[in-house]
Amino acid sequence: MHELGIVFYIIRDVKKAAEENGVKHVSAVVMNIGEVSTVIPEYLDDCWRWAADKEEILKGAQLKVNRLEAVSYCEDCGQEYETVRYGKTCPHCGSGRTYLLRGNEVEIKEIEVS
Amino acid sequence: MEEVKIIEIKKSVFGENLRDAEELRSELKEKGIFLLNLMSSPGSGKTTTLIKTLSLLKDRLRIAVMEADIDSDVDARKIREATGIESIQLHTGGMCHLDAEMTRQGLENLPLEGVDLVILENVGNLVCPAEFDTGSCTNAMILSVPEGHDKPLKYPLMFSVCDTVIINKTDVLEYFDFDMEKCREYVHMRNPRAHIIPVSAKTGEGIPELADWIYKLVTNWKNDSSYA
Ligand SMILES: Nc1nc2c(ncn2[C@@H]2O[C@H](COP(=O)(O)OP(=O)(O)OP(=O)(O)O)[C@@H](O)[C@H]2O)c(=O)[nH]1
Ligand SMILES: [Mg+2]
Ligand SMILES: [Zn+2]
Repeated sequence: MHELGIVFYIIRDVKKAAEENGVKHVSAVVMNIGEVSTVIPEYLDDCWRWAADKEEILKGAQLKVNRLEAVSYCEDCGQEYETVRYGKTCPHCGSGRTYLLRGNEVEIKEIEVS
Repeated sequence: MEEVKIIEIKKSVFGENLRDAEELRSELKEKGIFLLNLMSSPGSGKTTTLIKTLSLLKDRLRIAVMEADIDSDVDARKIREATGIESIQLHTGGMCHLDAEMTRQGLENLPLEGVDLVILENVGNLVCPAEFDTGSCTNAMILSVPEGHDKPLKYPLMFSVCDTVIINKTDVLEYFDFDMEKCREYVHMRNPRAHIIPVSAKTGEGIPELADWIYKLVTNWKNDSSYA
């Protein structure tokens, strides 16, 4: 499953950041996940629970997800629009010459320590 | 209540892999080894297509193959027995994709002396492998006729990262309502530059064109000093 692979990357990066900051235990990891990234937050959470509890430094740590809206840009009229609602076609002018500006992030925003 | 301390990280989960991939790509450029990453759904015909195509290419290029299977070495053995081409099995440790680090480890287990082309048969899956750059010099994918012509709409990322889209199992076209023109249109919506090649690994139709295309990718890359 895709999300498990992602969780292993998150754990690797978080452990590294914790080490660099002299942190002994992480209580939460905050993620930014774009609406059109291929990651499904609910699956991610299941994988997280299973994998994080195997790591001493992450025992019981929560995974918090900020969902980021996806926005596309139209090259023909120069306007932005909601990607999920309108897809590849610009709702302002009907052009298909559009591209994604943001919304496919899978990013560790911060970690919480207590 | 205990105070919560926040440490900002702001780092893409894919960032480290991207760096590893860029590094591997420039090493491959230095050594003159072209790495082709082949992706698809399970059973779309990666192994069969490779056997047919590599048989036509093996006198023109020195080739080696890496097979990523979750748990067996069936495909690696098939390739070796059918073509005589050096082929190894990569262990993905149950992972749904290969990343650049796993690819590098695989390459270390191949005798690469004089090799021009390494093919990586990725894990059968249209989602995860698309997300992880393996360090390959080009990405190709196989879509087989029974899967339907609307796959580019459902798996946009896979189609947008592939330079070559092979449409396999054209021998069964008459039994499916697979619309080749629609398929081309959908693929080009995701990637206008994608090169599409219809083949049947069973009858051999289109296989010479595919072999020539791969040969061209390898030689263009070798001659182009800016392509790194
Ligand atoms: N009719 C037809 N069958 C094909 C063709 N190519 C492959 N097959 C059959 O499809 C099945 C799967 O082929 P493989 O080559 O093993 O597919 P694969 O993508 O390597 O499969 P995995 O490695 O398991 O993901 C086999 O039964 C093949 O004989 C084709 O062009 N036409
Ligand atoms: Mg196979
Ligand atoms: Zn517009």
